[in-house]
Amino acid sequence: MKIPRILVIAAAATLSMLSPAAAQKPEPLPVMASFSILADFVRAVGGERVAVDMLVGPDADAHVFTPAPADARRVAAAKLIVVNGLGFEGWLDRLLKSAGSNAPVVVASRGVTARSNEAAHDHDDDDHDHDHDDDHDDDHDHDDHAGHDHGDTDPHAWQSVANARIYVGNIRDALIAADPAGRAAYEANTRNYLGQLDALDRDLKETLARIPAERRHVISTHQAFGYFTEAYGIAFKAPVGVSTEQEASARDVAQLIAQIRREKAPAVFLENISDPRLARRIAEETGAKIGGTLYSDALTKADGPAPTYLDMMRHNMRTIAEALAN
Amino acid sequence: MVHDLLIAPFADFAFMRRALIGVTALALGACPIGVFLMLRRMSLVGDAMAHAILPGAAIGFLLSGMSLFAMTAGGLVAGIVVAALAGLVARTTQLREDASLATFYLLSLALGVAIVSMKGTNIDLLHVLFGSVLALDDPTLLLIAINATVTLLVLALIYRPLVMECVDPHFVRSVSGAGAPTHLAFLALVVVNLVSGFHALGTLLAVGIMMLPAAIGRFWARDITGIVVVATVAGIVSGYAGLLLSFHAGMPSGPAVILVAGGFYILSLLFGPVGGLVHQMFPGRHLEA
Repeated sequence: MKIPRILVIAAAATLSMLSPAAAQKPEPLPVMASFSILADFVRAVGGERVAVDMLVGPDADAHVFTPAPADARRVAAAKLIVVNGLGFEGWLDRLLKSAGSNAPVVVASRGVTARSNEAAHDHDDDDHDHDHDDDHDDDHDHDDHAGHDHGDTDPHAWQSVANARIYVGNIRDALIAADPAGRAAYEANTRNYLGQLDALDRDLKETLARIPAERRHVISTHQAFGYFTEAYGIAFKAPVGVSTEQEASARDVAQLIAQIRREKAPAVFLENISDPRLARRIAEETGAKIGGTLYSDALTKADGPAPTYLDMMRHNMRTIAEALAN
Repeated sequence: MVHDLLIAPFADFAFMRRALIGVTALALGACPIGVFLMLRRMSLVGDAMAHAILPGAAIGFLLSGMSLFAMTAGGLVAGIVVAALAGLVARTTQLREDASLATFYLLSLALGVAIVSMKGTNIDLLHVLFGSVLALDDPTLLLIAINATVTLLVLALIYRPLVMECVDPHFVRSVSGAGAPTHLAFLALVVVNLVSGFHALGTLLAVGIMMLPAAIGRFWARDITGIVVVATVAGIVSGYAGLLLSFHAGMPSGPAVILVAGGFYILSLLFGPVGGLVHQMFPGRHLEA
């Protein structure tokens, strides 16, 4: 179904040479997404009517992104800005101000039931979150347009397909508001994409339900899978919290190792955006095997295993299912 | 109880043992270097060199990814080039060492940032290069140990001219040609130990394990040998206590180590027998012959 972009462009170029009428096709709407997964949603909903750009590209970490002047220029050129919200893009407010952008900002996660950072640590009762994330809490507070609890929310809502449906709905509404002429196209694209998301959700639930209950807990490098756990029942533990900015303390790592030994977690997963060294050490010390690389916060480039959201979720599903199979 | 508090963390967890070995090896090499930096009034040179090394390590990362060898080699080359150029300029022109070092490290930093930006990656290099003492793997531990060994051997070799240079560089220049090579070898050792420190404590705090123990040593001993011994012991004890603090209080490990060293420094500042504040206020009896 998906037509390669280059073919479409080539076809459009040929057409425009053949018939003067085709040249009147409207300019695509320039949309800026904050990171690669949102850009993929916008592309799916907007199709050929939008030109999507993103600030934090494939395989890059949005938690610690530092905007450059060129980014401000790109933001200023956009007619619509799509962000995740939930405190994910701490750098965004200042960038929008300095870019002097008047474009509407859509918070794609609006309407999602946010998980708190606390709930992500569902083991133990201590408060080690508070010890060392004060500084970036301050950064996050003011961009939390969604109006949830400030600072302590887990931003990785797209890890549940049900939330992805909400994201897509918000993006559709925003695109229609920005480009009313494209309403029919956006609604058709959204219907089509939501169908694909439903199929993905079914696959995820069916595949992961086959894993025996006692094997359903794994280790990753940072706490990006809280929503995934809620939706699909695979418990994730990580030495670093929901933002990769934190530095692990010896106590966090020791608790994690003790817990893996106690519960015999079968696998440790790496992530494309995080330093793998700590997870490797934990795997070595506990005898858990490295289950592969999961994609949590960023897609890969087109030649990688997860160039789109659908690919990413299927890749994660297969990786987890294989590692936990027995 | 005492066992649980002081020994059990290391007995139960291999990563804690590795961290302890890492900071101990680091202290063995870095603390003597810090003492000489302090005596030569180059205490802030460590920070400048840390900036000079970063771009080299970053380029190594860009060329071959998350490779210990490439990042270390890149950092060493960048650091030694900057140190050598700064040292040469200081010795051949009227520009002082601090000024020439400042120019070269800033050049190196700017070059590194430019190269990284033009490659167009969004990866925050500080984060990539930020080692954690909790994640020391075999190659990293070996690297730190080798660096400490080389440091101690070279220090033994250049000890006499180095001490003389600290006291009276003009005298050394007038009686032998060993001054310049000694100085360059010393700067190379600074670079080597900073690279070790990056891997164990991260870029921001690597200098801390070098300079704080040296400053502590100054309050407890009068001769260089004494200062070096006190500094090294202080470095090792800070590493051990910092890891325990990180383990029991849940503090990130790098800052914990440096904060403990800072605590020792303040105690030494107050109660140290050599120039400590309390001793200055209450000098005690004069010795009489």
